[in-house]
Amino acid sequence: MTFDAYDTWWWPYLFVLVAGWLASDIWRFIGVAIGGRLDEKSEGLVLARAVATALVAAVIGKLIVFPSGAVAETSLLVRIAAAAFGFGAYLASGKRVIAGIVVSEAILLTSMQLA
Amino acid sequence: MTGARDSESEDGEPHSAAQWWLRGVGAAVSLPGLLLMSASVGYAALSRESGISLALTLFMMNFIWALPAQVVLIGAMLSGASLPAAAIAVSLSSVRLMPMVVAIVPEMRVPATRNWVLYFLSHFVAVTSWVVSMQRFHEVPRGRRTAYYLGIALALLTGANIVIAGVYLAAAQLPQAVAAGLFFLMPMYFLTSLWGSAREHASLFAMVFGLVLGPVFHLIIPGIDLLAAGLVGGIGAYLLHRHTSPGGVKEGRAP
Repeated sequence: MTFDAYDTWWWPYLFVLVAGWLASDIWRFIGVAIGGRLDEKSEGLVLARAVATALVAAVIGKLIVFPSGAVAETSLLVRIAAAAFGFGAYLASGKRVIAGIVVSEAILLTSMQLA
Repeated sequence: MTGARDSESEDGEPHSAAQWWLRGVGAAVSLPGLLLMSASVGYAALSRESGISLALTLFMMNFIWALPAQVVLIGAMLSGASLPAAAIAVSLSSVRLMPMVVAIVPEMRVPATRNWVLYFLSHFVAVTSWVVSMQRFHEVPRGRRTAYYLGIALALLTGANIVIAGVYLAAAQLPQAVAAGLFFLMPMYFLTSLWGSAREHASLFAMVFGLVLGPVFHLIIPGIDLLAAGLVGGIGAYLLHRHTSPGGVKEGRAP
């Protein structure tokens, strides 16, 4: 039951509907059903945010270490350096996302030109 | 805010739902809206480089409408995760949508609001539309906020679809280096925005753990790597946070 398990046009869409749409909208629907207010500082929500953050961070880590497509031609060291210096620039600039993106892209593209 | 007249009043304030819908469309043209469009560029590049068709890329955008969930789903597809494992991973990344919906629904609900309208609109709740509407709702009569929100949501959705289709189709003509650069937008966008939106230390720890555990678990337990990294990293970060700061919540910026 993996994404490429069945060679039919509709399987990827069914996969996305169940693992993507239902898995996300279920929480939105529960939110409507609850109504009222939630305590944002409740321990359950702190834990839920931590798990969600770790999940997305895990994908980022995988995209940097095991990327697909053209960026896979670059070396791991270059990608880690691009991400690390980009993140450093983001912090140094007072949390400007654009600074992080510009610095990391500059490192990545420069190394590709030199290669 | 007085009558139910369907024309503009003397002071130029719109009254009809259609007029407020249009105002919502205008409100979507904003800094958060621009950020969403640039994130959509990265999403299109990531999806294309991952071998996903344009139709499915747009389908995911419209049906999931939460970029972190979409990125987690693509990650799960690539690591050969089974349908249940992928669904649980995406679902764990989307719990955060629930409190956002809980907060926005009372702002839009009036006694006459039908429940299906709220369920339908809740699908469009994600960071961008949530931020924009919560900033602007005070300018909108309570009874017109559902129409206004639909305007914001559909404008963002349409914009994102145009950007994604454009980038996806143009990417074939682009040099390798540009394609690589576009792919790298997504990790950088999330690396910075996750850190920026973290409300407590637990989330900062979780980010560091996830970054390391994702690639490590990919080598050891592909298929359930994301799920394991999310649960181990998230619960570990939460416990560390409990242990190091008994008070709990992060107080503004660290000194």
